Amino acid sequence: MANSLDLAAAAMNAQMLRLNTVASNLANADSISGSEEDAYRAKQPVFSAVMDQQRATTSVAVTGVVESEAPIQKRYEPGNPMADADGYVYESNVNTVEEMANMISASRAYQNNAEVFSTTKALLLRTLQLGQN
Amino acid sequence: MAINFNKALGVHEQALYLRERRNEVLAGNIANAETPGYKARDIDFRAALGQAEGQLGMNLAVAKTRAGHMDLGPVNASANGVEAVDLKYRNPQQPSLDGNTVESHVEQAEFADNALRYQSTLQFLGSRFSSLKSIIQGGR
Repeated sequence: MANSLDLAAAAMNAQMLRLNTVASNLANADSISGSEEDAYRAKQPVFSAVMDQQRATTSVAVTGVVESEAPIQKRYEPGNPMADADGYVYESNVNTVEEMANMISASRAYQNNAEVFSTTKALLLRTLQLGQN
Repeated sequence: MAINFNKALGVHEQALYLRERRNEVLAGNIANAETPGYKARDIDFRAALGQAEGQLGMNLAVAKTRAGHMDLGPVNASANGVEAVDLKYRNPQQPSLDGNTVESHVEQAEFADNALRYQSTLQFLGSRFSSLKSIIQGGR
């Protein structure tokens, strides 16, 4: 049963990391830069299942953070101090609608796992009291 | 006359263990609700408990005292015991595009159900203990 607590904690950790990348993406949604390489690219964590052979349970881990491959838009803004020699600035490729959906999904998943954690904790506490009355 | 704990606690000890294992499996499903390609799993509780009883030499079969009485159904007896619980894959209603078959609402419902049943098994075990205690104290 203590293993369930680990599973829920690992999942909450993963979802929290996802929320963090969403926050970072939204914060940089309007960032601009002077070249295409420097433009902010949306970050996305990669989840993978981790099998525990002995207990036959499956935990979750974040194996890495990948950057979005979406194209970078450039905007003609010669007056901008960030503009390159041709007068273009490069926008981030963050899709705010996608990020909002991601945020809601992550927070729901986090809530589910928090629920698993507290239920399991209650069961463990009751098990400790077994035979005491 | 010795008290046999296996018999005194009945099937509840095995049931508690299996409920605990199922709790872990369901927690694993909920944890992987958004992992691409993850397949939701579960324990066939009835089969697993039957297996555990077979190992202990107990069974849930009812005593047949008349010719017309029916069997309760086959209880699989095997030597694998509680340790080797068969995990089955869940059939999703609507699998998602990334191959994940976890449906959060289903897993939540199963988890809540399992937690309740764990508690009732715990209650049974608790009352077994208090009756044992009362027997030891001679009903005082």
